[in-house]
Amino acid sequence: MAEITFITSDNEKVVLEANSGNVMQLAVNNGVKGIDGDCGGVCSCATCHVFVAEKDLNKVGKASSIEADMLELADDANEFSRLCCQIEISDDINGVELTIAKQ
Amino acid sequence: MSQDKTCVIIGASHAGVNLAFNLRKEGWKGNIIIFDKDPKLPYHRPPLSKKYLELEDSIENHLLRSEENYLKENIDLKTGISVINIDTQEQIVTLEGGETQNYDTLVFATGARAFIPPIKGIEKAKHVFSLRNAKDVDEIRKALKNSNQKKVVVIGGGYIGLETAASLKKLGAHVTVLEREERILARVTTAHLSNFFSQLHTSNGVEIFTNKNVIEITRNHQVICDDASSFEADIIIVGVGIKVNTELAEQIGLKMKNGICVNTKMETSQENIYAIGDCTYHYNRFYNRFVRLESVQNAVDQAKIAAKNIHNIETEYDTIPWFWSDQYDVKLQMVGLADGFDDLVIRKEAEKKFSIWYFKENQLLAVDSINNAKSYVLGTKYIKTKTIIDKIKLANPESNLKSIATIK
Repeated sequence: MAEITFITSDNEKVVLEANSGNVMQLAVNNGVKGIDGDCGGVCSCATCHVFVAEKDLNKVGKASSIEADMLELADDANEFSRLCCQIEISDDINGVELTIAKQ
Repeated sequence: MSQDKTCVIIGASHAGVNLAFNLRKEGWKGNIIIFDKDPKLPYHRPPLSKKYLELEDSIENHLLRSEENYLKENIDLKTGISVINIDTQEQIVTLEGGETQNYDTLVFATGARAFIPPIKGIEKAKHVFSLRNAKDVDEIRKALKNSNQKKVVVIGGGYIGLETAASLKKLGAHVTVLEREERILARVTTAHLSNFFSQLHTSNGVEIFTNKNVIEITRNHQVICDDASSFEADIIIVGVGIKVNTELAEQIGLKMKNGICVNTKMETSQENIYAIGDCTYHYNRFYNRFVRLESVQNAVDQAKIAAKNIHNIETEYDTIPWFWSDQYDVKLQMVGLADGFDDLVIRKEAEKKFSIWYFKENQLLAVDSINNAKSYVLGTKYIKTKTIIDKIKLANPESNLKSIATIK
């Protein structure tokens, strides 16, 4: 079980729990604002951009090269950026905090 | 005020569902009712020919939204129900079974269905499948399981046909693709990309035959072409394109032209009636022409625009189209519309990593990227900003893509 905290662009905190799937699906299924996941999670649209809290960077890991390239579609991407459809949910990411990028 | 209003959406796929949720996001307080004849909870369509087919996945893993989401946002999703009639004077839709529902705003998100070409024997054949809905895929999977020979013929070498071929190959089928034109993907891309995909499929063991016009499907499982060649198949997949669902729109006299005509606000020719997604014939401002597009991007983006306009926030559709396709280990990403190009530059970084850049009068129109997201992303930026590209630098794979923009 992993507990994941989303911080939306209007500073609302949403805490969700899940065992499997990816973080984008979890967010979309719970109507978390700012995560669209238009392409269904195949790293094609860059509408699930989040910033990983610095303390959680090691837990979540780095973007793959295709993901890093796709992130360049977002003007505000930085070293904390991930497309959350590419973050698989497992115990390993329990407690992480993700701030959702502005659209 | 919106709380007294009712918005009825016909069609619960990418366009219809996104419209419903975007309406709520914009603050619309009225009733939102979506009708769709597909009984399943609305799902993502792109995985149907890919993961959903390949992995024998549950559709639950591909839902557009969870069931609770519709409840939470007070969106009345009525699946397994067809709208059969519309009275635009009284603003009432009639459902199969005779029930009626009034509306203040009506949205056509009716999409399209698989086109079944007039081939002799096709209607009676029990082993012919199209691929548009989850049910189609469920039936294909079942047929494949029950088949001893697993000989599949795919009629049509477009994206759906090729993605399906790749997935069925992975499932152990013997797959043959029959394309009527002289190359696969002829309608949608250039020869260079057609050749690449042809080789990709061939090297993965899928047989591709072009210039094959299928004229008959026989009872003894033969697929016969007009050059007298024949192919054995116990499963036939038809992927020759789509037919826009326009019957209801025609019935009420909406202006039509290769789809339902809409303006940049997604309004049709009649008041209080909108149309979005695959079924629309719309104006693309960037390319300065009317187009009808079959894509998730177009469905989702038009839904967003329609939601704003229905909620009286005037907004116009102005996007650069993008598409993708996944086959084997290849990710194709396309941005822009290449039609009318007069020059192209191929930038090859590796055997399976390259991009094709299309120009007209030196203006970048579109980019096709194979396993090369960077080209796709920077191409998108350059198209948007109408950047003039140094083509010599572009063609050199050693050059930095960020350095190919020339200073205006």
